[in-house]
Amino acid sequence: MLLLRLIFKNAFRHRLRSMLTIVGVAIALTAFGLMRTVLDAWNAGVSASSANRLVTRNAVSLTQPLPYAYRGRIRQVTGVDIVAAGNWFGGIYLDEKNFFANFAVEAEDFFRLYPELVVTPAEQKAFLTDRKGAVIGRKLADRFHWRVGDTVTLRGTIFPGQWPMTIRAIYKGARPDTDETVLYLHWSYVDEVMKKTTPRRAGQTGFFMIGIGDATKAAEISKDIDALFRNSQAETLTETEKAFQMGFVSMSEAILMAITVVSYVVIGIILAVAANTMAMSARERLGEFAVLKTLGFPGPTLGLMLLAESLLLSLSGAALAMGLLPAITDAFTKNLAQYFPIFFVSRETMLLLPAFGVAVGVLAAAAPAVRVGTVRIAAAFRRIG
Amino acid sequence: MTQQPLIEIAHLSKSYRRGDQVIPVLSDITFDIATGEFLALIGPSGSGKSTLLNCIAGIDAVDAGTITIGGTDITTLSEGELAAWRSRHVGFVFQFYNLIPVLTALENVELPLLLTSLSARARQEHALAALTAVGLPDRTDHKPAQLSGGQQQRVAIARAIVTDPDIIVADEPTGDLDRHSAADIMALLRRLNQELNKTIVMVTHDHRAAEAAHLVRELDKGELRVAP
Repeated sequence: MLLLRLIFKNAFRHRLRSMLTIVGVAIALTAFGLMRTVLDAWNAGVSASSANRLVTRNAVSLTQPLPYAYRGRIRQVTGVDIVAAGNWFGGIYLDEKNFFANFAVEAEDFFRLYPELVVTPAEQKAFLTDRKGAVIGRKLADRFHWRVGDTVTLRGTIFPGQWPMTIRAIYKGARPDTDETVLYLHWSYVDEVMKKTTPRRAGQTGFFMIGIGDATKAAEISKDIDALFRNSQAETLTETEKAFQMGFVSMSEAILMAITVVSYVVIGIILAVAANTMAMSARERLGEFAVLKTLGFPGPTLGLMLLAESLLLSLSGAALAMGLLPAITDAFTKNLAQYFPIFFVSRETMLLLPAFGVAVGVLAAAAPAVRVGTVRIAAAFRRIG
Repeated sequence: MTQQPLIEIAHLSKSYRRGDQVIPVLSDITFDIATGEFLALIGPSGSGKSTLLNCIAGIDAVDAGTITIGGTDITTLSEGELAAWRSRHVGFVFQFYNLIPVLTALENVELPLLLTSLSARARQEHALAALTAVGLPDRTDHKPAQLSGGQQQRVAIARAIVTDPDIIVADEPTGDLDRHSAADIMALLRRLNQELNKTIVMVTHDHRAAEAAHLVRELDKGELRVAP
C-alpha cells in the first residue's frame, strides 16, 4: 500500500507537468480516435454492405443509364432472387446546403433487399400504395423536423422539375452502421413523369440492386449477368455491393491514407512528449532511486515503480480521451450529419484508446526505467553531488 | 565494549577511471572493526573515506581485496544479493538526510520494512517505535520539508535503525547541521552505539563529531592510519 502511495505521489509530484502530460495524452488519443472514426465513417458504406447483394450498372460509367428492360432477364439468371431498379435522384430540398442522399427505387423489392431499413408494416403499406410517397431515415426526419404526412418538394437536378412527395414512413436502422439520412421515393413516380416530360429518358435506370441466395456464388452470378448483355449497346458491370462501395472509397484513397498516417504520427508525438516527461522525472529523482537502492530495493522493482508512474499518467490520459471522444463525436454528428451520416465511435476504436495508453506508458518509461534499475548507487550519488 | 571483529577488510584497493587515466583512491587497506565499535573515518577531501564507507556498506565495488562482514565476503555477492544483504544488515545515514520528500516521517521510516514480511500494522508499529527512539513521536505526519535539518536527520537515523541492522554507516551525518543540532545527532548516535550495541562506521570532517567515536582512523591519499 505504501509502495502504491509512493508511486501515486511521485506521479503527481509536479502537478502542472503531470496534468499537462495527461491532457496531452488525452488530446492525442482523442484526435487519434476522431480520425479513426472519420475513416470508419468513410468506409461505412463498405462495412454496411451485404455479401448477398450485387449491383449491376452500366459498364462505361455509373452516370450512364441501363434499359429497365434488363430487369426481367437479370431476374431469370440462376441464383438471383430479387431485382430492384434504382436511380440516384439528386433532388435538392430548398437549397444545396441542405444536401442529403435521395434515391428512386422499386420500393417493394428494395425493402426486401434491405431488411436493415426497419419500417412499421402500416407505414410500409402506406408508402407502397402511394406513388408520390417517400420514406425517410430517422436522422433525416430529425434534421428537418419532418413527420409522417408532411409534404416535401425536391427540386430535381438530374430529373428536372419540382417533385412534391408525401412522407409516408420513417425508417430506423437495424444496425449502428445503417445510414438513417436517406430519402427513398418510387422509381415508378420518376419514370412516369419522364414519360410525359422527357420520353427519351423513360424506361431507363441507373442501376439494379440484386439479391442472391448464396453469397459464395456472387462471382459466378455476376459473370452470368454481364454475359447476358455482352456486345449490347449498354454492357453491364456487375459486382458485389461491397466492391461497388469500395469504388467510391478508393477515389479518396490518398486522403484516407494521409489521415491514417497522421493519426499514428499524433500517437508518435505524444509518445515522445511522455518519454521526455518520464526521462526528466527519472533524472530529477535519480538520488532518491539511489537511496531506495541503498535501502535494499532491487533495481527491477524501482524500474517497475517508474513504469507504473508512467502508466498511471498515460492511462489517466486514455481514460480522459475515452470520455471526450464520444462527446466530441456527438457534437460532430449533430453538426456534420450531411457529410458523415454514419458517425459513431466503434468498439474497436474505444478499445484502442486504453491499448495505446498502455503502449505509450510502457514505451515512454522503458529507457528511464532501465536506467533507474541499472544505475550503480555510488555513481548515482556522485552524479547528484 | 569492543568484541570480536564484525567487519574484516583485507588488502582493499579501489581506483576510478577518468578517460584513459586511472586514479587510485584506496590502496591495500587492511583493518578490522569489532562488533559494537564506533569508528570515525577522517581525512581531507578526496582522501577516499566516503569510497571506503561505500565499499563497507556494499554500495560500491572494489578492485581488489575482501570485505568480510559477519562471515560473508560481500565482494563476492551479486547486485541482487547485495541489495538483500544491505536491507538486513546495514542502516544508512547521509549528510543530506535523503528522505523521500513526498512521504511523511512515519512513511519514510517504514520504507525499509517494505522489504520484510511484516504486516502493514507491524510495520507502522516498528516505524513509530523507531521515531520514538530518536525523540520524534509527535512528528509522524510531517513531511521532510516541514521538519528542521536536525529533525530530518533524526528521521533518517530512525529509518536506519528500524530494521535493527548490525551496522550503521553514516556519511558526514552532521555536515549539514548547525552546531547544536550536530551535537544532538552525535549524542543520539552514541546512545545507539552504547545502548543498542550498534556498530557504527562514520565518515566526518568534523573533529568534534569524531570525538564521539571510540576509534578514529585517518585516510590520506588512499592509505589508512590511526589518527593522532
